[in-house]
Amino acid sequence: MADLSINTPSDYEPSFGDYVALLKPRVMSLVVFTALVGLLVAPGSLHPIEAFAAILFIALGAGASGALNMWYDADIDAVMRRTAKRPVPSGRVAPGEALAIGIGLSGIAVVMMALATNLFAAGLLAFTIFFYAVIYTMWLKRLTPQNIVIGGAAGAFPPMIGWAAVTGDVSMASILMFALTFTWTPPHFWALALFTKSDYGDAGVPMLTVTHGRRTTRVHILAYTIAVAGVALALALTEVGGPITITIAVVLNSMFLLGAVRIWKRDDAAAEADNYLAERRFFKLSLYYLFLHFAALLADAALRGVMA
Amino acid sequence: MIKATHELHERRKSRNFGVGLVLIGLIAVVFALTVVKVTRGDPMQAFDHVVRPELEIAE
Repeated sequence: MADLSINTPSDYEPSFGDYVALLKPRVMSLVVFTALVGLLVAPGSLHPIEAFAAILFIALGAGASGALNMWYDADIDAVMRRTAKRPVPSGRVAPGEALAIGIGLSGIAVVMMALATNLFAAGLLAFTIFFYAVIYTMWLKRLTPQNIVIGGAAGAFPPMIGWAAVTGDVSMASILMFALTFTWTPPHFWALALFTKSDYGDAGVPMLTVTHGRRTTRVHILAYTIAVAGVALALALTEVGGPITITIAVVLNSMFLLGAVRIWKRDDAAAEADNYLAERRFFKLSLYYLFLHFAALLADAALRGVMA
Repeated sequence: MIKATHELHERRKSRNFGVGLVLIGLIAVVFALTVVKVTRGDPMQAFDHVVRPELEIAE
């Protein structure tokens, strides 16, 4: 357990920016984008004000779960270089305050979501916050090297919530949008884990590269890449897909699969010889991969709107 | 006399200003949602401890 007291000036009062940092604004941007796509491609429509409120409160719920995560993980965040400057481990926001903000904003987000849209969407938002804060952060993150898979599920819910805000329901298309982010997350993070020196080990968080070795990680990357390719093609064939989504899915998944096979075929000696070039390229592609898939769904929805 | 120009006061001021703006934003969103739902004619009542025949779905 890290001694946090040395970083905790007693007279420090958080600035507004410290509160904003508590809500993980960078994660929020992905949540806003995928939730917006889910909302816009769903059959039916919301009044623009309702749609704006739905996205706002999904983002607020995501921020609230980020604050709860920072409150609970302050001890391990303080150990790792990447996270040591976060508001709680650096002593800028008191742990109790982060907890109160997390719980308070969760309540506001869920209640407002129910009032703005419907109870089902609000329930799904509440479950997402619970899943990320309790099941992932408190329970499984420190217990299993599959933590990336479980964390990915939490990040995959927003398009489903956006869809539910319009329809009040789930469908094959919204489940596949969930599955796309869910199966994309493990290869994305494990590729990064292969070429960066992480200090998760120092913090006691099990990472697949450490617990099961780098060979197993390479196999896992390929397995999940095959899964995400299947999901992406299936999604392109549902009612939300169209010519643009199918084209993007075929091109991107061919490139993604090729990259995963390259990673799978080689060992660390070969990777070190070219400074993890294949792993770095695969990771860079994964950043575009998710964005372009969701952008393609949006483009097809716009195309259908023009044709109708 | 206490000089109120300490860095802490600046930070407190910006924080209060930020929280204030967020609250005004929330009020604006709730008001806009209310206007949308009322003008569209959404049901403005719910079942409580009083019988409300007007909420019964007509058979």
